[in-house]
Amino acid sequence: MVMTTHVDIVSAEEEIFSGSVEMIFAPAEMGEVGIAPRHTQMITRLKPGEVRLQTGGEEQSFYVSGGILEVQPHVVTVLADTAIRARDLDEAQAIKAKEKAEQALKDKASDLDYTRAQIELAEAAAQIRTIEKLRKMKK
Amino acid sequence: MASGKEIRTQIKSIKNTQKITSAMEMVAASKMRRAQEYMRATRPYASKIRNVIGHLAHAHPEYKHTFMIVREVRRAGFIIISSDRGLCGGLNANEFRATIGKMKELDDQGIDIDVCTIGKKATRMFKRLKGNLRAEISGLGDRPRLENIIGVVKVMLDAYENGEIDQLYLVYNEFVNTMTQAPQIEQMLPIKADDSEKEIKHYWDYIYEPDSKTVLDGLMMRFIESQVYQGMVENIACEMAARMIAMKSATDNAGEIIDGLELVYNKARQAAITQEISEIVSGAAAV
Repeated sequence: MVMTTHVDIVSAEEEIFSGSVEMIFAPAEMGEVGIAPRHTQMITRLKPGEVRLQTGGEEQSFYVSGGILEVQPHVVTVLADTAIRARDLDEAQAIKAKEKAEQALKDKASDLDYTRAQIELAEAAAQIRTIEKLRKMKK
Repeated sequence: MASGKEIRTQIKSIKNTQKITSAMEMVAASKMRRAQEYMRATRPYASKIRNVIGHLAHAHPEYKHTFMIVREVRRAGFIIISSDRGLCGGLNANEFRATIGKMKELDDQGIDIDVCTIGKKATRMFKRLKGNLRAEISGLGDRPRLENIIGVVKVMLDAYENGEIDQLYLVYNEFVNTMTQAPQIEQMLPIKADDSEKEIKHYWDYIYEPDSKTVLDGLMMRFIESQVYQGMVENIACEMAARMIAMKSATDNAGEIIDGLELVYNKARQAAITQEISEIVSGAAAV
């Protein structure tokens, strides 16, 4: 009987693959790795590239734009990224988000007045309750 | 009493509104179903990454990532997920009320608060309240991508790493079922250690490539991001469900008003006819 290992390829947005295969090739950061069943525990980052799965002479391949590969003797997990990740790219995104926030509150001044906010929200809730009561009375 | 024509116009306009609300109800229903599917699709990743982190903690108990270290809290961060659009009942209001309550609790303990918002409603709310908004993103639509939120999450994670904030909360609506959505406030950082200390049967560790720190950093960041992403997807399902319910009751209410107005209209018409007859009869009698 051929030895197989269970592979899960998942991304944050969906499950991509789950099943048993004989051999896995993945683009690890230090070079491509081939994982056979009963490989020792390993964890590594992935580069953008192809993850190939071999089962009985057939080969399936999935493109990943990076991620993390975890190897346990009988289970291999590929946590695939859906986006191309790089330090400066992330940085640019972060700066954009900050700028948007600054734009959103040019007039930020004092600290949040929680009591006032609570009162306002309580008022809104009371209004809704009153409307519901009125509606019931009408019936 | 209003004239017949006036009432008829009013009935017509309410009927038009009713058409809109019932259309919105149907749209929300179908979008909700799709959002629920997305919600289900994101679960495997979250559970897998939790597994890996569990393994890591097990394999490597002496190493502690910054995200796991509990510090004295002087400043807390909140990532608040809301919808972009309104007309979804009390969904956002309930969420904000719970958030403000929690914030007040922290404020009473002398803890300052930074906010990061996802969605227009939250941004508007915390802008109006003059909160300390660190990052915001909105207009992500019904099918957000993970890459959309990398930026905002990074801002908060960087703040945590630099010691600007000592705690990070995630606020979103939990999808209980179509009728019920519950606001959730979850502590994301520091990551609460699994208290169920299992006996270590045999010691083993991973082979790290290139080294444990980079791998862990990448893993932790993805873990937090996936949590935020999941919260976001769940919030969308909630939004659609809440909108569906709100629009259903709006349609029902419009129906009630139309019934009432039709009654008034018929009465007015009847009264006009009666009056005319009595005028003719009394006119004939006078001749």
